[in-house]
Amino acid sequence: MEDIQKKLAEHSGKARLEKIGKAISFLCIAFIVFVVLSILYFVASKGISTFTKDGVSLWGFLTGTVWNPGSIGENGKPLTGALPMIAGSFIVTVLSAAVATPFAIGAAIFMTEISPTVGKKILQPVIELLVGIPSVVYGFIGLSVIVPFMRNTFGGSGFGIISAAVVLFVMILPTVTSMAVDTLKAVPRHYREASLALGATRWQTIYKVVLRSATPGLLTAVVFGMARAFGEALAVQMVIGNAALMPTNLITPASTLTSILTMNMGNTVMGTLENDVLWSLALILLVMALFFNILTRWIGKKGAMN
Amino acid sequence: MKFKKYNKIIMTVMIGLFLTACKPLEGEESITAVGSSALQPLVEAAGEQYGSENFGKFVNVQGGGSGTGLGQIAADAVDIGNSDIFAEEKNGIDASKLVDHRVAVVGITPIVTPGVGISDISLENLGKIFTGEITNWKELGGKDLAITVLNRSSGSGTRATFDRWVLPEGTKSIITQEQESSGTVRQIVGSTPGTISYVAFSYVDDTVKALSIDGVKPTDENVKKNKWVIWSYEHMYTNGEPEGLTKDFLDYILSDDIQGSLIEALGYIPTNRMQFERDSKGNTIEVPKEVKKDSE
Repeated sequence: MEDIQKKLAEHSGKARLEKIGKAISFLCIAFIVFVVLSILYFVASKGISTFTKDGVSLWGFLTGTVWNPGSIGENGKPLTGALPMIAGSFIVTVLSAAVATPFAIGAAIFMTEISPTVGKKILQPVIELLVGIPSVVYGFIGLSVIVPFMRNTFGGSGFGIISAAVVLFVMILPTVTSMAVDTLKAVPRHYREASLALGATRWQTIYKVVLRSATPGLLTAVVFGMARAFGEALAVQMVIGNAALMPTNLITPASTLTSILTMNMGNTVMGTLENDVLWSLALILLVMALFFNILTRWIGKKGAMN
Repeated sequence: MKFKKYNKIIMTVMIGLFLTACKPLEGEESITAVGSSALQPLVEAAGEQYGSENFGKFVNVQGGGSGTGLGQIAADAVDIGNSDIFAEEKNGIDASKLVDHRVAVVGITPIVTPGVGISDISLENLGKIFTGEITNWKELGGKDLAITVLNRSSGSGTRATFDRWVLPEGTKSIITQEQESSGTVRQIVGSTPGTISYVAFSYVDDTVKALSIDGVKPTDENVKKNKWVIWSYEHMYTNGEPEGLTKDFLDYILSDDIQGSLIEALGYIPTNRMQFERDSKGNTIEVPKEVKKDSE
């Protein structure tokens, strides 16, 4: 009797195991949160010091068009206009997403609605393979195939926004496609059945029922693709030409936030203005990443309400 | 229960292993050199050779760029800071504590895409190309072909040296395409008609054409005699006078053995073969003959 009482009173091995498991998962989560917060704090504090310590005005930073942090402009302030890079980043992102979206949705429809077997056996592995290719490979192909092609087609040096947009298009296509596939697969089967039962054709079903109900998910897929395009550094840096000039057309060299960051980080000294403005660029990238994140959540919420 | 007991033993062993891994073994020593990617191959090769000749001594070499190298050594975070430029030339570096060790010299040459129609250029015209005054090769007697100017990223040591010796005093290069590495620069110059840029001698190959300046060819001999003025030192900075393994390793790199073999094999010019020397302000003087004999 006493034995049983004792056994019941103390924690069993299973319960202890569960406690340990809980503690370990909590530690992991706490660690991840800590790392994320530290990164946020680090980038933000460094990025803001451009404006607090070095006296650069935020407005001048966001709207100035001359980028040469090492030298002083006519007004006695360092030349830290980041608009050329901000504009470059946005243009390549929007362009590549605009081109990639129809292809991705088309491929997704084919893979889920038209020919699921071919989609599963051939297209799925191909897309997964494309996701796995390192960005330097995309960049190198861009440099040796797309840049010469643009040069021969449009003249100039071939380096520019259009080359970057083409490379990014290929890079984000698999991401957007696979997310779009998941979204379309998640559309309940009875929607399709009901639509067909009402006499709708296959195309009408796809266009008026499946795509409509999957719209929030598809938008999320596109925003994810844009986030990837916005943050891509290496491949873009290899084909865009990296000239910190306001983009006036699509075939002259331009630059993006990431390309300027990766090019100059190693050549500046911590704590100097040249280094601080790079952190400010990084801060813009971080804020944009947060923005894309919030956007996808917002779209998801709206979709859930409908 | 049995399982848990084993778990405890395994955990103890793992933690034990983990902790001992942090402690260096008896008699082992290591130093860290950080910075310039142009100098990295040399320091890596020398470090490897040094490590194989001196058992238990390691030289860790990391890239990161000249700015990183100078910043880290000024903060005393590493043992050696590698740089392509003088510490005095870099913004935000307190050079007074740093001790300069010039381990090698690099010559830098303008390169163009083959087929622009010229093989020689005056220093003045070269400057005019990079400041945007000359925009077509026909103005220099070459083909009717627009000039595409390609720079290294601002702050790179190669660019700092080129700007300093080519661009007229007080002028700046036009804002144009930039690339991060010499390898990419060579690739782009080789494949884009009418492009001009500049790289260290060791990067010149058949895909690009090196220009001579005012009739002087870009060769090691001409650099040694200062006939070719676009050259710079490769610096290894220490914070204060070097001691211990750091001193030993620097002596090793500066020894005749390494200077005569490895440095030339990797395409650099040994410092002690130079007949001229330069200070951080760009004053170049001839090295007196007797002093040169002493140092050899």
